[in-house]
Amino acid sequence: MIPLDPIVLFFLLGLLAGLGRSDLRLPSAIYEFLSVILLLAIGLKGGVELAQQSVTALLPQMAAVIVMGLVLPLAAYPVLRALGRLARADAASIAAHYGSVSVGTYAVAVAWLVSREISFEEYMPLLLVLLEMPAIVVGILLARGISAGTDWKALTHEVFLGKSIVLLGGGLLIGWAAGPTALEPVGGMFFGLFHGVLALFLLEMGLVAAGQISSLRRHGLFLVAFGIIFPLFGAAVGGGLGWLLGLSTGGTMLLAVLAASASYIAVPAAMRLALPEANPTLSLTAALGVTFPFNILVGLPLYYQWATLLHRLGG
Amino acid sequence: MHAEARKLVTIVTESALERRLVNDLRRLGAHGYTISDARGEGSRGVRNAGWEASSNIRVEVVCDDATAEAIAGHLRTNYYDHYAMILYFSDIGVLRPEKF
Repeated sequence: MIPLDPIVLFFLLGLLAGLGRSDLRLPSAIYEFLSVILLLAIGLKGGVELAQQSVTALLPQMAAVIVMGLVLPLAAYPVLRALGRLARADAASIAAHYGSVSVGTYAVAVAWLVSREISFEEYMPLLLVLLEMPAIVVGILLARGISAGTDWKALTHEVFLGKSIVLLGGGLLIGWAAGPTALEPVGGMFFGLFHGVLALFLLEMGLVAAGQISSLRRHGLFLVAFGIIFPLFGAAVGGGLGWLLGLSTGGTMLLAVLAASASYIAVPAAMRLALPEANPTLSLTAALGVTFPFNILVGLPLYYQWATLLHRLGG
Repeated sequence: MHAEARKLVTIVTESALERRLVNDLRRLGAHGYTISDARGEGSRGVRNAGWEASSNIRVEVVCDDATAEAIAGHLRTNYYDHYAMILYFSDIGVLRPEKF
């Protein structure tokens, strides 16, 4: 039996401490710092690898992933409206969260693969960046329609210059421009510390998730069911797409993870400004209280098995 | 020591609104503002500043009565319904009225 990942144990520690109302609390400046390192590290890694790829060869993958980012929220929305009986803005906002991706979940999945020495396409962060945005646009259109007065200019600014896009995209560009040798002096900070930083980050995520779980009682079973079943559907779609695009087993799993994960950094900030009437507690409870823990604790091995199965069946 | 009367407008709200709020304040005639990070609990639950979505800011503006009225009116119509936000006034004295 493979021992439990220490990173997952850190998450559980944070979760238990939060549920037990411990006074443990990471200062928000530390949380900011950890997320900056993670985002940059992921971006840099992807950029270094990207330099060795021909970007034109990646165009079909990039286009396919953007289409997936548009389709996932469109699939989630009717379910949220019909089965969840949610208001239009709430359903649209949750759909946007689930169409977009969680960098934290991606980082844990990468650590999971690395610790098992399973290889994957290292340029995946490029697809990660591309998947962040389409769902936000779809979410706003679902809630508002095309004609109404959304301030697209302010929103574009918010989305493209939001922390996660700037750091991921910036990391990609720096990694791409500098290349592996030139990056070595700074690598200790970003690659050497990656797993330690991720562990601390997950400790904090455990605390945050515990806070969201307490509001689950008020919002009921539907969110729990949606927060588990939709990621499974997303993983099926993402894994299938990864296989169709000819990704390796590790890469197929990562695309499944991306499709299964729900954003909790870029989308909440954008939705707060673009759809103020959508209740942020609903989407964050589902994304952080249900889906994030589910993906980390249960989802990753499942998604890997799914990827393996696809490759075995499809050859 | 003679102090001129001014209003201190204090706004406690979600940090997601910071940029938009600052633009509003400038437009409504505030000459300056002070922002600090905050956390607390209210009708929209605990906002403990553990991470982005639960962080709060406290915005303080010293201004004349008319500007204070304008700020309060604008925030009430645009933000009160959907955002965690409170606003209150205090009467204060300032030594350099031309600054405010």
